[in-house]
Amino acid sequence: MTDTATTRHIPDRLNSRAARIFKSWEALLLAVAIAIFVVNSFASPYFLNAWNLSDATFNFTEKAMIAFAMALLIISGEIDLSVASIIALASTAMGLAMQHGAGTPELVMIGLTVGLLCGAFNGVFVTILGLPSIVVTIGTMSLFRGISYIILGDGSYSGYPSSFSWFGQGYIYWVFTVEMLLFVIIAAIYAVLLHKTNFGRVVYAIGNNPTGALFSGIRVQRVKFILFLLTGLMSGVAAVCLTSRLGSTRPSIATGMELEVVTMVVLGGVNILGGSGTIPGVVIAAFVMGLVTFGLGLLNVPGIVMSIFIGLLLIGVIALPRLWAMAATRRKA
Amino acid sequence: MMRFIPVREAILGSAILILLVLVASRFSGFVAPSNLANVFNDTAPLIILALGQMVVILTRCIDLSVAANLALTGMAAAMINVAMPGLPIPVIIAIAVLMGAFMGAINGVLVWKLSIPPIVVTLGTMTIFRGIIFLISDGKWVNSHEMSAAFTGFPRTVFLGLPVLSWIAIFTVIVFGIMMARTQFGRSIFAVGGNPHAAVYTGINVGKTQFWAFVVAGALAGLTGYLWVARYAVAYVDIAGGFELEVVAACVIGGISIAGGIGSVGGAVLGAIFLGVVKNALPVVNISPFWQLAISGSAILIAVAFNARSGRAKGRIILKSAEATQ
Amino acid sequence: MTTHFAPASPSAVVSMDLITKTFPGVKALDQVKLDLYPGQVTALVGENGAGKSTTVKILTGIYQTDGGTIRIDGDPVTFGSPNDAAKAGITAIHQETVLFDELSVAENIYIGHAPRNRFGLIDTAQMHRNAAKLLADIGAPFSSHTQLRELGIANKHLVAIARALSVDARVVIMDEPTAALSHKEIEELYELVETLKAQGKAILFISHKFDEIFRIADRYTVFRDGGFVGDGLIADITEGDLVTMMVGRSVDQIFPDRDHDVGEEVLKVVGYTHPTEFADINFELKRGEILGFYGLVGAGRSEFMQAFFGITKPSKGLCRVNGDIKVIRSPAEAVDNGIVYVPEDRGKQGAVIGLPIFQNITLPSLGRTSRNGFLQLAEEFKLAREYAERLDLRAASLDQDIGNLSGGNQQKVVIAKWLATQPQVIILDEPTKGIDIGSKAAVHEFMAELAAQGLSVIMVSSEIPEIIGMSDRVIVMRDGLIASELTGDEVTPEILVRHAAGITTPTESVAQ
Repeated sequence: MTDTATTRHIPDRLNSRAARIFKSWEALLLAVAIAIFVVNSFASPYFLNAWNLSDATFNFTEKAMIAFAMALLIISGEIDLSVASIIALASTAMGLAMQHGAGTPELVMIGLTVGLLCGAFNGVFVTILGLPSIVVTIGTMSLFRGISYIILGDGSYSGYPSSFSWFGQGYIYWVFTVEMLLFVIIAAIYAVLLHKTNFGRVVYAIGNNPTGALFSGIRVQRVKFILFLLTGLMSGVAAVCLTSRLGSTRPSIATGMELEVVTMVVLGGVNILGGSGTIPGVVIAAFVMGLVTFGLGLLNVPGIVMSIFIGLLLIGVIALPRLWAMAATRRKA
Repeated sequence: MMRFIPVREAILGSAILILLVLVASRFSGFVAPSNLANVFNDTAPLIILALGQMVVILTRCIDLSVAANLALTGMAAAMINVAMPGLPIPVIIAIAVLMGAFMGAINGVLVWKLSIPPIVVTLGTMTIFRGIIFLISDGKWVNSHEMSAAFTGFPRTVFLGLPVLSWIAIFTVIVFGIMMARTQFGRSIFAVGGNPHAAVYTGINVGKTQFWAFVVAGALAGLTGYLWVARYAVAYVDIAGGFELEVVAACVIGGISIAGGIGSVGGAVLGAIFLGVVKNALPVVNISPFWQLAISGSAILIAVAFNARSGRAKGRIILKSAEATQ
Repeated sequence: MTTHFAPASPSAVVSMDLITKTFPGVKALDQVKLDLYPGQVTALVGENGAGKSTTVKILTGIYQTDGGTIRIDGDPVTFGSPNDAAKAGITAIHQETVLFDELSVAENIYIGHAPRNRFGLIDTAQMHRNAAKLLADIGAPFSSHTQLRELGIANKHLVAIARALSVDARVVIMDEPTAALSHKEIEELYELVETLKAQGKAILFISHKFDEIFRIADRYTVFRDGGFVGDGLIADITEGDLVTMMVGRSVDQIFPDRDHDVGEEVLKVVGYTHPTEFADINFELKRGEILGFYGLVGAGRSEFMQAFFGITKPSKGLCRVNGDIKVIRSPAEAVDNGIVYVPEDRGKQGAVIGLPIFQNITLPSLGRTSRNGFLQLAEEFKLAREYAERLDLRAASLDQDIGNLSGGNQQKVVIAKWLATQPQVIILDEPTKGIDIGSKAAVHEFMAELAAQGLSVIMVSSEIPEIIGMSDRVIVMRDGLIASELTGDEVTPEILVRHAAGITTPTESVAQ
């Protein structure tokens, strides 16, 4: 108490928590999501149906699981474009094991392990050899799916055990699916990991200034390696869900999903150059993408046209604030 | 005046030669001139696109929308041909190039004026361009019987022993060779990617150079759009799906650094030819074509690891004793 | 009105008058003036942070002024871009060579204005002929076809000079051109400057080395803390007067008095060697001691410190912390052993810009402020506040982005970050470079206070007053080796300069 007279007091924060949340990207995105929801429910009488809405969640749950891990990876300044190929390889490995009589627990173990191994493979190239992740994962994107093609050719695996279908087709209660439960659990885990732990803080520090983080005594490469492992693991989880839902494996499974995952992450407010972004943002972005796809689907708009909306959304949400800022500075000058 | 061939290109060239020798030992017909010409013709679109992508990557950007741009201009060219079968081919090519350049300019403006990261911009325009194809075509295919004979015949016309498609690729390579080495624009591209900070000091506008790189890549994608649709005599929404990654792969294998500033026309061409040879050789030596994807993936990893090793920056030499031994 | 400035001489090629430049939080230049005359070398003198590099950036069109006039041959001009400055005939040879490694020497010389053939293409043959002639004129020992990447610093400077000659520049700015050159190379550079003078070019020469200034400059202009102090002819001034103008106060006024209460050995470094950067570094450090590391820029001091801190790998060497032999392979291990490093490059290596102040401070201490790996924000704010207030940080709130602080306050945050880890040894690399006078004094005072509390300090500095004013003992490095170790009365500007530059006989300028 005595030295308060001599030292200058610096407040912890100037803006209240409420003010920060109100002005955030997430709030804007949430408003977009609500608007889409309202528009959709007027546009189609089938929209506000619990079972239809439940089915619609399959549009995004698997992608979102990967998107959470990808969000951390992108915040740290790296990227993984091989996630969809990891799904293909993990799914192929599960199919192969299934043909040799593996039961459901073994299949899940194999799916997750292959995911982890693929993540570790990417991680070794990026963190130990020091290569740019975008090139490495473009390479492994071809390599992982390529191995699936070598194993499967134009064939496919089907006939997974009926207990295995629980992950992608099962319901917990009423309209609530197993995938929804997984989505919620994984979202919660990643939100805590990124926003409430030392690890999450370090991820932000690395993304904002990897050199500064290294000079602050942070084991930068180790953290990045863990992030690649996590992204691989989540691709393994998504592989289990997707394989279980489709009931079959083809080497072309989940083609192009990596770009949808990245879109979801960027739409969720994660800076593609690293350093900022939140898990709630990605959750809302997942709903926005799911609602757009579902709503337009009910209006018989084909999937490919929906992608125009997603693409415009992706560029628009980044361009508009910048245009706004440019207009503001011009007016001032 | 002759500069010795840079190490990177020499190694890649030798790798291609070894590959050819290996294939020839199993099936000598593969290296017959006529077959090599076929392989080259088959690789021509990849070569053209790789040159455009090279320019973009050299300026520290990336263009993931080239395949979608190609598909959209291809569809537009096909539909114009169906609607106006009498329109001369040069006009169609001009329209395709301009259309492609315009789409490249959209990417370029967003990168230049709004400073949106190129990967985000082109990820977005990639999906938008694909969607537009569906809108204009209503999801229908344009088949060969709807196209005019002149339209589909042009790239296949044989001239001096090679199809026009091959000649266009060769012509593009020459133009790019001159452009990169002998024009202000070409040297600016290297400067912007190699040291953007210094480029500003020498009066080069970094954003504007990136803009023009996207325009060039777009124009080439447009040109390839027509060639692709005419050669395969079909246009639909998904043509050349995922081809953008093969184009990036050709550049990476060709030694073009994703960090910008390092690369050459020869490298991009050899990278594309390497992928083309692998693709065409697999069936000949009785390896399932399903191996192709894994092989190109491995080639990317090996190439990037190799280039990083040879290109690692040396530290400043302070010790006099160390300086003497260098 | 500011009529006390003499009107620009009509013969000046370039005259800057009342030039002002403001950055968020700091006034980099405040109504300065600078005149450059044809065939004469004008030395721009000032301490770090005086506004020299801002002036260079304004003259080369990188920055735009907020006020004042630039005249070329008496006509007011505005430089909207580097192109405008180049067209006005102003060219610069920068401290860090800004050229293109992937291009050839000739292309570097001619980028932006290469000779064209009749098809409008670059005429490579002509370009190489011209370049070869320019290189021959300045006695460059390499071909115009060489890739720039293969050249050393001195030769890159020659390329930059050739570039300056190729545009037929009227004004050549040399920003510490000799910083990384050897003695012989410096002599060669002086000859070149004479050549440029003879050609009637106006030269702006920026240097910290007084012997250099008195050797080649005709005129001087002195800046201090972004303000103009004075100018005139070198022939009319003594070195002592120039130093007084530059510093503006006598040395003992700025630095805190310290009791030399030095304890037992804390750190001993034995035989640290790197293949190319430094060799055979041995020293010891005692509790409560401030050990100064002096040397010219590029003497290998920072390179050694970064290797010692675990950033780069030395080829051999070991250290003893409190008597125990330790191997430090990463910054994390250095921090675990109580050794911390405040880097010179604050923006890139020190501060994590983008993170708020309190997160910067707690970054290496998260283990203490958290519980089982989970963040405890209240604990973090408490720790951050404690050290922020100890360092008298000026900030709106602890949640403010560190990027919005002035250089001096950023430096305080970086120091606070390390003090919060309760280290034994703190290495400060150019701790007051580029920060304002007020923060500078605060950092010095704090350094003395820390040493008094038993912390051992290694201070790398290129500023002689700082080295003399703060150090208990000084190690001088030259060309990657320890040149000498000085204590007490041996620590004089003359001896420091002589040992750092490797001069065996007293130079005229220092002896004056």
